[in-house]
Amino acid sequence: MSIIQVKNLKKSFGDLEVLKDINVVIEEQEVLCVIGPSGSGKSTFLRCLNRLEDITDGQVIVDGNDITSKKTNINKVRENVGMVFQQFNLFPHKSVLENVLLAPMKVSKKNKEEAKAKALALLDKVGLKEKAESYPGELSGGQKQRVAIARALAMDPKIMLFDEPTSALDPEMVGDVLEVMKQLALEGMTMVVVTHEMGFAREVGDRVIFMDGGYIVEENEPNALFGNPQEERTQAFLSKVL
Amino acid sequence: MERFQEVFTNAFPYLMDGLQMTIYIFLIAIVLGFIIGLIVALLRLSPIKILNWIAIWFINAIRGTPFIVQLFFIYFGLNSLAWISFDNVTAGIVTVAINAGAYFAEIIRAGIQSIDKGQTEAARSLGLTSSQTMRHVILPQAFRRMLPTFTNQSIISLKDTSLLSIIGVADLVQRGQVQTAATYAAFEIWFIVGVIYFILIYLLTLLSDFLERRFVLR
Ligand SMILES: Nc1ncnc2c1ncn2[C@@H]1O[C@H](COP(=O)(O)OP(=O)(O)OP(=O)(O)O)[C@@H](O)[C@H]1O
Ligand SMILES: [Mg+2]
Repeated sequence: MSIIQVKNLKKSFGDLEVLKDINVVIEEQEVLCVIGPSGSGKSTFLRCLNRLEDITDGQVIVDGNDITSKKTNINKVRENVGMVFQQFNLFPHKSVLENVLLAPMKVSKKNKEEAKAKALALLDKVGLKEKAESYPGELSGGQKQRVAIARALAMDPKIMLFDEPTSALDPEMVGDVLEVMKQLALEGMTMVVVTHEMGFAREVGDRVIFMDGGYIVEENEPNALFGNPQEERTQAFLSKVL
Repeated sequence: MERFQEVFTNAFPYLMDGLQMTIYIFLIAIVLGFIIGLIVALLRLSPIKILNWIAIWFINAIRGTPFIVQLFFIYFGLNSLAWISFDNVTAGIVTVAINAGAYFAEIIRAGIQSIDKGQTEAARSLGLTSSQTMRHVILPQAFRRMLPTFTNQSIISLKDTSLLSIIGVADLVQRGQVQTAATYAAFEIWFIVGVIYFILIYLLTLLSDFLERRFVLR
């Protein structure tokens, strides 16, 4: 069974209908990239996948759990769904290591030694082991984002959600973060990535969806979507960004 | 100058007893007040309407009435009921605590709301519950930000304790009154009392500055 199933998803903020009828199925180990103009609902769609936004209508099934149902323990589902934000959202009062340790210790109740060994291994993986004792305020944007990725990975998620993870970074920092994400993809992580990095979508994505006005306008594998877009709106968007 | 020295040596030990009472009341009341403030702030922010409403009315009632009326209401008013009875020190502590609690509640609420909502989202996305998020992510940051306003309110509460002398609590002011009556040295006594309060409040400010530097937001 597919790891994420979205059926007739609708989301409104008050009178404003932001997601109009979203249907998408995501397979295990797939890397799905989401592109589209500003305000098209990309972030809202992503945030519905771990219910950071209340879902107005439709059904979202994540790893076998219907997260639209009030009976589902959403905290349990979130343990398996990591999220990385544009603005990093590291905890500024905690050291890098403590940022990574918080969820394993408080949510999974792991013992400190075990959790710490794992956290250091993850920091090593994102190239920041030597920053373990630093505080977020002492890091560059690219380093912050890599810590945020390590923090999400510490819960051993099955799915990782990325919301424009490189948009707040200086250009020279973007590469390091994309490299870490590419590595994750190669290891078989299921990933949903909202991005403006068309190069990344093309190279790493298994499939790309183009959103506009609260709908999925077009979806295809990257080469087809970028090379031969079928819809007028996709063509117009791509001609502006490529 | 000689007279001052004489008054000082005679009155000082008594004033120190009063100071002890003032500090004792202040410390207990401020800790209780903080707990009350935290609870009321969380009620104030809770999504449950009725809890919200209770918190808002508690805060309004305290902010909208003079401290002295609150004190009289608790000491004379509540004490006059058949089923309740407490001494003046207890009444004093309770009044200062409740009064400080209402102001702390607003300070804590503002502190919590000043924390970026991305912090909550990051914590919740990791699987933390809302109370774990509050405890480990929001409150530690909010408390640091609140420290200066928190100190201000503590200083106000410390000054409020001086009003407890009116219901006969043997605090610094009440000792000052007794000593003035005994020595007729009003000028010297009230000068000394003033200096003692000043030092006490100065120490509080130093402590706050120290904590602020110690927990500087990174
Ligand atoms: N909490 C909210 N309350 C009200 N409106 C919102 C809220 N969040 C998003 N919106 C609106 O929903 C629409 C879609 O927003 P969303 O953030 O999903 O777009 P996006 O595709 O991610 O855009 P961007 O590329 O700029 O990040 C926008 O019109 C936005 O103003
Ligand atoms: Mg967005």
